[in-house]
This record gives sequence, C-alpha cells and structure tokens, in this order.
Amino acid sequence: MSVASVYPQLEALLPRISKPIQYVGGELGAVVKEWDAAAVRWVLMYPDAYEVGLPNQGVQILYEVLNEQPDVLAERTYAVWPDLEALMREHGVPQFSVDAHRPVGAFDLFGISFSTELGYTNMLTALDLAKIPLLSRDRDETHPVVLAGGHASFNPEPIADFIDAAVLGDGEEAVLEITAIVREWKAEGCPGGRDELLLRLARTESVYVPRFYDVDYLPDGRIQRVVPNRADVPFRVHKRTTMNLDDWPYPKKPLVPLAETVHERYAVEIFRGCTRGCRFCQAGMITRPVRERSITTVGQMVKEGLEFSGFTEVGLLSLSSADHSEIGDMCSGLAQQYADTNVSLSLPSTRVDAFNIELAQELSRNGRRTGLTFAPEGGSERIRKVINKMVSKEDLIRTVVTAYTNGWRQVKLYFMCGLPTETDEDVLEIADMAHEVIRAGRAATGSKDIRCTVSIGGFVPKPHTPFQWAGMDTPETIDHRLRLLKQAINADRSLGRAIGYRYHDGEPSLIEGLLSRGDRRVGAVIRKVWENGGRFDGWSEHFSFARWVDSAAEVLPQFGVDLDWFTTREREEAEVLPWDHLDSGLDKEWLWQDWQDAMSEYEQDDCRWTPCFDCGVCPSMDTEIQIGPTGKKLLPLTVKPGLKV
Amino acid sequence: MGRPKNQPEGGQAPIVQRVRLRYTKRGPLRFTSHRDFARAFERAIHRAGVPIAYSQGFSPHPKVSYASAAPTGVASEAEYLEIGLREPVDLNDLMRALDAALSPGLDVVEAVESPGGSLADRIDAGRWRVELPGLADDVLRLAVEAFVAADEVMIERLTKQGMRTVDVRAAVVSAVAVPAPTGVGVVPCAILDLVVRQVSPTVRPDDVLAGLRVVADLEPPAPPRATRLAQGLLTTQGEILDPFAADRPTAIGAPSA
Ligand code: SF4
Repeated sequence: MSVASVYPQLEALLPRISKPIQYVGGELGAVVKEWDAAAVRWVLMYPDAYEVGLPNQGVQILYEVLNEQPDVLAERTYAVWPDLEALMREHGVPQFSVDAHRPVGAFDLFGISFSTELGYTNMLTALDLAKIPLLSRDRDETHPVVLAGGHASFNPEPIADFIDAAVLGDGEEAVLEITAIVREWKAEGCPGGRDELLLRLARTESVYVPRFYDVDYLPDGRIQRVVPNRADVPFRVHKRTTMNLDDWPYPKKPLVPLAETVHERYAVEIFRGCTRGCRFCQAGMITRPVRERSITTVGQMVKEGLEFSGFTEVGLLSLSSADHSEIGDMCSGLAQQYADTNVSLSLPSTRVDAFNIELAQELSRNGRRTGLTFAPEGGSERIRKVINKMVSKEDLIRTVVTAYTNGWRQVKLYFMCGLPTETDEDVLEIADMAHEVIRAGRAATGSKDIRCTVSIGGFVPKPHTPFQWAGMDTPETIDHRLRLLKQAINADRSLGRAIGYRYHDGEPSLIEGLLSRGDRRVGAVIRKVWENGGRFDGWSEHFSFARWVDSAAEVLPQFGVDLDWFTTREREEAEVLPWDHLDSGLDKEWLWQDWQDAMSEYEQDDCRWTPCFDCGVCPSMDTEIQIGPTGKKLLPLTVKPGLKV
Repeated sequence: MGRPKNQPEGGQAPIVQRVRLRYTKRGPLRFTSHRDFARAFERAIHRAGVPIAYSQGFSPHPKVSYASAAPTGVASEAEYLEIGLREPVDLNDLMRALDAALSPGLDVVEAVESPGGSLADRIDAGRWRVELPGLADDVLRLAVEAFVAADEVMIERLTKQGMRTVDVRAAVVSAVAVPAPTGVGVVPCAILDLVVRQVSPTVRPDDVLAGLRVVADLEPPAPPRATRLAQGLLTTQGEILDPFAADRPTAIGAPSA
C-alpha cells in the first residue's frame, strides 16, 4: 500500500510560517525512493531544528549507508518550530519527512539520534504529531519501531517508556543488522507481532529493549536491581564499535541544503575515540578505542566530498584532531592541494601546545586566520589534575604567547565550572591565567592589540565516566563563582579590557544533569514538562528552568525522590546506577578507581603512547587501537579543467 | 573550484565572456529565498567547474549579478542573472553543467551571450499568474473589475523605510480574471493574470491581493500560489518583451566567439 505525500496540505501552511525552505527538502544529496519498492523503510530524526539537525554527521552517514541498500528507503525528519507545530495541529498535518513528505507514522523504523538529552521533549512532539502513541506499550504493529541512538542512548532510561529500543555505539553496521532483522521478520509475515520483532532485536545483544527489563527500587529510592523479565534476552547490552574506518568512508555525498544551517562545510571524521582520559568527557570514554582514518582515505574523501557538494570549507573533525598520528602530513598535504583555491580548511583542535599552532598556521596559509581555541578546562593546576587535563600554567601561557607572536590577535580559552572538588579559588585562578596571558602577550608582541576570550561551560556529570558518581554544585554556587570570576577579571581595568568573558548560567546544566543520570522515573518529568509546553530545550530562548523545576516537584515526590536527589547527590560505590546493565566496555571497577584517583589528584596517561591501563574496553569489546602512521603522503591533486557535464 | 584566493600579480583574470541565464523556481523550491538561491548558485558554480571571474579587492567575490528576484514563496519561470567568465565556454555545456549542479526545481533553462549593457535595462515589468484555490471565478472577476475601475488603490505596506502607503493601482498595467480550466470534480480555483510595472517600492502579487481586499473585500479562503511567468520591457501594447529576444540568434549551442 503506497503512502501519500502530505505536501499538498503542508504547502498551504508554509506561506504562513518563518523560513519555510527548511521543510521542503530538495537538498543535493537527498534521496527519494519509491515507497512500494522498499522492503524496509527508515525515517531518521535529529530532534532539533533543521538548521542544527541537517549538518549532523551521524544522521547523514546512516542516511547514506541505508539508502545504498537497494531495497531500503531512508528519509529524514527534524523538529518543527512552534509556529508550524500549531498549524499542523490545527490542520491535522502529521510529522513528515522532508525528503518525500511522507508521514513519519508510516515507516517501519523511526530512528532518533540524540547527541544531547535536551532533545527529549522534541521527540515527544514528533511522536505526538506523527500520531504514534507516546508510550511504547501502547503501540502495535501499525506503528514504527522507535529507536534511540547517539551518545545519550548510553543511558536511555529517562526515555525508556517512550522508545521501543536503543542502540549503543557506532551506527553504521548496527543499522544494517537491524534492517536485516526487520526485512526477515516482514518477509515471514510479521510472526509474533511487535513483541517478536523487538525480541529478535534484543537477541543481538546490542539493541536494548527497555520493556524486557524490570527495575526494582529500594525503600530509600535507589535502584535495587535491573533484570531481564524474560529468559531469552541478555543481562547486559553491549555497545557497537565500527572498526577499520577506511572501509566506511561516509559521508560520500554530503547533504547540501538550500536553507542556511549552522555548519556549511564538508566534515570528515579523521578518527573516532579518544584515550586522553579527561574524566568529565563522556564522548572520550564511550567511543574507545581510538580508530584512525588513514591520511589517504581522508584525502580522497575531501576531494570527492568537495566535488560533490561545492562546499568551500572542510572540517577535519574528531575529539582531539591534533592527536591523529598523521595530522602533520595531512594538514600540509591538504593545504598544498588547495593552495590556489578558495577552499578553507579547519581543525577544531583545542590542544594546548605549540604543535596545535603549527597546524593552524599550515591550514591558514591562504591568509585567513580563524580563531584559535585552547581548552585547559580547569582554572587551577590542582583541578586540572582532578579532571586529568595535563596542562601546566606555563604551558598555556607559552602556547598562547606563541600564537600571538605568530600573528593571531585573538584566542579563546575554554574552561568548566562546577567540577568535582572545585572551590572558589580554583575558578578565580582563571582570572590570573587570563591576566598573565595578556600581560605576556603584550610583552612579547609589543602590541596592545591582542585579546583573549574566556569561555565557561557548566560541568555535567555523565554516565560511563569516572565522574558518574559525583554530586553537582547547585546553580546558585555556579552563578556565585561566575560572578566572582567576572569581578576578578575586571579587577585590573587595563588587562580586563582585553579579555572577553562568556558563560552560561548554572540552571540548564542542572537539568542536563537530571536527564543524563536519570532513571525511568525521570520519564514522568520529561512528559510533564512537554505537556506544560516544553520544546527546544537546547535553545536558551525556549528553555524554562522553572518549568523543569515545577514539573519535577509535581511528579517526583510519588517516588520519594526529588530533583536534588538526581543531581547534587553524590553516589556511593555500591549503588546500582541506572545504566549498569548497558555495557560501554569500561570496567566499572576501573571507573571507580579513576574516580578515586581524581580525588587524590593522580593523573593517568594516554594508552596510545604508554602501556594499556586496562580500562576494559578492548578486551570486552574485542577491539584494538587502530592508529598509523601509514607513512603515506598526499599527492598533488590533478584537477582537470573545464565544465563538468 | 579554481578561484585564486590572493590577488594574483596584476589583479584578477579579466572577464572574457558574459553570459545571461534564465532560471526557474519550481514546485516546493518556490520557498527558496533569494539569499538561499545565491548561496546555492555559488556552490553550483564550484561544483560545475565554471571558470567564473572574480572581482578585484581583498575579498574577491564571484561575478554574478541578479535581476530583481521573485519574493520567497513565489514560483518563477523567469528569473535572470548574468555571470562574468575568465575563460570562454560553450553555452549549452554551461547550462547543462549548472542545471545538474542545482537542486531539481532550480532549473537553468536558457543561456545567451550578453550583448553588453546592463541586464536591468532589459526589464521593467513582469507578468504574474496567481492561483486562488477555493475562490469562485466570478468573485474574483468582480473584484478585479472594481480594482481596474479605481483611479488609485492605496494599501499599507512595510518597506525598509517603515510603514508606507502605496498606490498599487498605478503599477498594474493589466489585471484579468482568467477562467480556470474546467476539470472533473476539481475544487474551484480562480486565476488572476497580472502585468505589473517595476516601480519603487516594488509592487508584488501580494500587494495586488491586498488591493483587491481594499476595493472589494476579497478574502482568498486558502493561501494564493503565485508564479512569475515573464519579465522584460513593456511594449506600448502592454506586452512583455523577452529580454533575450534580441540575442537569441547567436544563442544556445552556437559557438561563442
Ligand atoms: S583497554 Fe587498554 S588499550 Fe584499550 S582503550 Fe582501554 S586502556 Fe586503551
């Protein structure tokens, strides 16, 4: 049975809303396939506005991997802004895909990629607009299987009631495996209904189906245990790891939007994983081990990606791009290849060392000096030991001064506030550091025309990190420290004038904390917030702290817990954490030891250049570090002139 | 993608050929804003390997100039632009390469070599077709008659200078309610054919509809769908002269030197 496009109904609404172009599709790289010819149909969502969601790498990669399968169809959907949401409700237009404007409810699988928990309310809007029951248990065979992926799926417990399943880890192979299971089940005539399908997915041991697990609580509110409620599902669900990234050179055909989006560039992931071991960094912990893409594959991807897209900007992405074993040759090779073109290259590296500047210099050969960012993360030597960020104050000042003497006029320094064991003094040292940077920079360059921006992010303890046990500071404490810091920066008028100061207040971080370490009971809060109008919580103009606090106060007391219990409370070693049954490969004992090491300010080196420190990932996931150098170089490009007809 | 980034010795390569293109905004891509189109077109130039010329100066930009663009949400069969090239190309190849590099719906449909002068000198009016779904033919006809009979029709409009009162009647050369094609069981859909002079501030189909509201309380039950069908110089007979007409003998496919 074919599915009609909702475009005719939607078209009448588009003239009445802002930026209608974001809802019409038509991007280069977009694929529209015949509905009836597909055996398995996916709709992929990034639960934020189109301008943020379209450039998302995860969605683009899976979209391409799936559409390369001849009998699979994949389309995309994004969160609609409140102006369109209201009109869709008024006129009965369902959540739709932008590719062929098909109703989301008609697909077999609805995959949602969460890079942040603040997208949860947008998921509920999309489900509701799609006329898919909000609760998994109310759905039947006529509804898509709702799958969560992305980093937030390493603790999907707060949305356990709303999703049917979650996939942990890398998606490339996982989506193909899931597709195969659905294809087979459908070909057999859907035996056993939805339950059987979910069961087959759960048996892969890498798809988590919350309904097959029961959570028991202790009288004091803590979790007693999480156990399967049927014999044939695994006790623990394991993450997926894509090895040999050279075999997965996606995106090959990046989506090129007509609407303006936050990143207008061809992005290539130069490696996955990070073992620097920053203790606050969930991305680094859950994506181990490091797997590099080789210099030649990166070169090929850049060449083809630019030819396909017409983009003039390339981003070499990863968690710490300067760490790639071939980064020097990669940067100089690419800079050479594109020297006489309008292509600009960028490397979002925040490493605090001279090498980072060298690379930036290489990439800006064509004259354009984009900003340089360094991330010492912690203000004092002591706190940097706690978080395992091995940078000394001298390193930082030397590095920034090198940047100034090499012609940069502006650098950005990134720090966090609210870290475990942090005191006012730790934060105030940021001001000293910034002052010294300007003082030393002025002395070295003889110029007053240098600036730095101090940018502060709020710390949020994340599952599967050594800080998963930590209690958060209250927003009042954070805001107090941020005020003190501002005063301290401006205490010296002359230096203060050269220092920009950017920060977010502590309130959104606290809610992020609730959502990242919450358990199934937090689902009631999410639902309440959504019912009270919560949308686009990642946007400060839409986020309402009061709405979260009030909703939490309304629904949590029935469970004998509250907002503080989930956020500011420190956990003990013996406590069962809501995500203990979800296996990121990290050994819980190792994490606990690393947490203890943090307390005693003991640093841990990187396993890429020191022996394995047994975090547990490689043996339990049967993976290994994959790094170069391959010894290969990038050859000059042979561009044949003339029109491409 | 071969644009010299820094100023080469002696400045940018000179323009050796100027080409005028007609392109469309069709289907859902009528919601493309001019800004969106300009960005997409610049990327298409890179994708297609067009030897575009660049302006002089510290931040050289590609030589593309646009004739007045249809508003966002209005479809068009007749948008025009001119590009300057640093190497001569075959017009047919150019058209095909650019068309393939743009999203379907943004279609490059005609190319002629520029005879010199400004593209804007070839355009002072446009023809629009406005579909009004759900509106009966005779309702529109009566409203249009009242509009045409009026000496002036003043509407309030937001311009860059703030709210202004604009006489939309003066800019309208002709307005005709065209009988809608009769089909089986189709919803009624009245069609308005407009020829509008380019004046400042611009009078767009929306403004004419606002004028119909003023003179005859016309309230379309559904959002109208407008398409720009043609642009060009207005003849004394009220026809619109194709801006490429004079250049077409040497057009498409002809050797360009
Ligand atoms: S198991 Fe050893 S080698 Fe593998 S990521 Fe952990 S510390 Fe590194």
